[in-house]
Amino acid sequence: MNEATRPPRLPIADQPADFVQVVDVVKKFGDATAVDHVSLSIRKKELFALLGSSGCGKSTLLRMMAGLETPDAGRIIVDGQDITELPPYERPVNMMFQSYALFPHMTVEGNVAYGLKRDRVDKREMNERVAAALDLVQMGRFARRKPHQLSGGQQQRVALARSLVKRPKLLLLDEPMSALDRNIRQQTQFELGNILWSVGVTCIMVTHDQEEAMTMADRLAVMDDGRILQVGTPDEVYEAPTCRFAAEFIGSTNLFKGVLAGDESRLFACEDLQVPLQVNNPMNARMGLQAQIAVRPERIAISHRPAAQEYNWAVGTIEQYAYMGRYTLYYVRLAGGRLMAVDVSRMAVRAMERAPDYGDTVYLSWGSDCTVVLKQ
Amino acid sequence: MRRRIPAWLDRWLPSGRTLVIAAPFAFLLVFFMVPFAAVLKISFSDVRMGVPPYTPIADFHDGVLRLTMNLEHYGTVLTDPLYVGAYVYSIEVAALTTLLCLLIGYPACYLIARADPARRNLLLMGVMLPFWTSYLIRVYAWIGLLKNQGLINGFLVGAHLITQPLKLYHSNWGLLIGMVYNYLPYLMLPLYAHLVKLDATLLEAACVLGARPWQAFFSITLPMSRRGIVAASLLVFIPAVGEYVIPEILGGSNSLMIGRVMWDDFFVSTDWPSAAAATGTMVLLLLLPIAWFQRIQRREMGSA
Repeated sequence: MNEATRPPRLPIADQPADFVQVVDVVKKFGDATAVDHVSLSIRKKELFALLGSSGCGKSTLLRMMAGLETPDAGRIIVDGQDITELPPYERPVNMMFQSYALFPHMTVEGNVAYGLKRDRVDKREMNERVAAALDLVQMGRFARRKPHQLSGGQQQRVALARSLVKRPKLLLLDEPMSALDRNIRQQTQFELGNILWSVGVTCIMVTHDQEEAMTMADRLAVMDDGRILQVGTPDEVYEAPTCRFAAEFIGSTNLFKGVLAGDESRLFACEDLQVPLQVNNPMNARMGLQAQIAVRPERIAISHRPAAQEYNWAVGTIEQYAYMGRYTLYYVRLAGGRLMAVDVSRMAVRAMERAPDYGDTVYLSWGSDCTVVLKQ
Repeated sequence: MRRRIPAWLDRWLPSGRTLVIAAPFAFLLVFFMVPFAAVLKISFSDVRMGVPPYTPIADFHDGVLRLTMNLEHYGTVLTDPLYVGAYVYSIEVAALTTLLCLLIGYPACYLIARADPARRNLLLMGVMLPFWTSYLIRVYAWIGLLKNQGLINGFLVGAHLITQPLKLYHSNWGLLIGMVYNYLPYLMLPLYAHLVKLDATLLEAACVLGARPWQAFFSITLPMSRRGIVAASLLVFIPAVGEYVIPEILGGSNSLMIGRVMWDDFFVSTDWPSAAAATGTMVLLLLLPIAWFQRIQRREMGSA
């Protein structure tokens, strides 16, 4: 299935916003704090991603929601029910494991039926629900196969069917794509997203892959060192990161140290630049405030001539460049010695009278809407 | 300098790979198949006084080769209540030993396999520790524990739990205790090797899908360890059938196992052909469970 046939996402804004609540959850392993006072609210039917590098606590948080780990403090509430103390087998929660954890001694059908058997669902209903779940993931033809006779993508779909067949209130996905080959991941991300949307299940996924989170999730939380640093929609987090980690973890960025200087609290003086940085919204802060300011490389325009704007520009010489396919990455050495990364699209390069080359003096400019003050 | 081997010779010389594979087979041929063939040969001959104490089965005289295969001893072994009883009893004891070893060994192996990896080796060490003492000494040591004035009875009587000492030594109970004690490590080591490979995520998946711990055990762990159970059980059952020392030392006068019968035939009544026939029959009897096991294995390999 390609992007064009993707069904429109049903609006979920009218769904209860605190369907899943994680309240001040703490988990320690010995001296190490894996999850450090995390709170989250997740809307019903939302697809939510926990994004972070390995060891940031995202998997531990997911396992606590499944009941496979017990939090040291805090509550986990699903649909008004406090499930913190419930064992995994009594929670209205299901999970798709990173390795899929399909039972190798059972057929595809047996795997999907496993959860229903534990609930003593009657035989006819069970067969119907298993068949429906397998049809949903287009695996009906493979019902009698054993897991080892399936490809990685097929195993993933069986695992998905198995975790959806009990109609959980909350579905947890642990690194759903990591066991797949790189070349089928993106397509699978859309397919998986479509299935989850069509079912309308509330979903929390854990991933270290920003593209995966941005492709599938309605909202994502950036985690580092056991804490949640920022929560927002993919474009919010990308365009307006609130902290250095989020800015650097998702995409790449140019960071500047600035001091709040004037002009209705919109200007930051910066040692590396000849002109101050201007931000869009007035800062509600005293003069002299020090802050990190981020500018995304692909938001910067490059030109052989000076830009017609007072703030947010720089001049330098091209030191390195690399053709990356979708864009060309230029490293520009500024007069003050600072190196800036600029991504220039092929179209933009063509629009220039000649392509920038090593040693060229170029002018860089960007809008105040792309100049983001980081809070941490 | 490498010497050139002529092509015609090279074709007939085995390659290095063949030699490496052939070595263990040659060992088995010389030290197992040839002696076993000799035993089979004896089982078809007749008793006689002298050295060796059996008649030859082949006789070449006046240009005539006469082959005499006496099946009488097999007839005796298969019909005489002494032999049949000993076989049945041996299989009973071996089966009971295997079952008790499984009941004790499986949970223990499961615990070791689930233990923190740093502690696993220590616990495994505990399983293997008895091997550091001689087998005979270990079996003899049980006399001190089991006899009427032994440690176990002494404690039970002293604690006023029983008035009369239990008949443990020289009884079926003593035999069974000794068998289980001795064969337990043989069951635990292969079973542990199997259980430790079991992916713990599968149990978590079962648990999340609604299985209580005991349901997860019976639906996931147990079926997935079936092959390990079969392999470990055979490793206990097969040698237990022919066990001689333990029934001899700890068993009662009525615990007549086939190993003892063979011993008596060979060394007491010097009836080598009967002993050889009993041996041949036992090997055939034991081939059945092995063949069954291999069928299971093949079937699983076919589906795996």
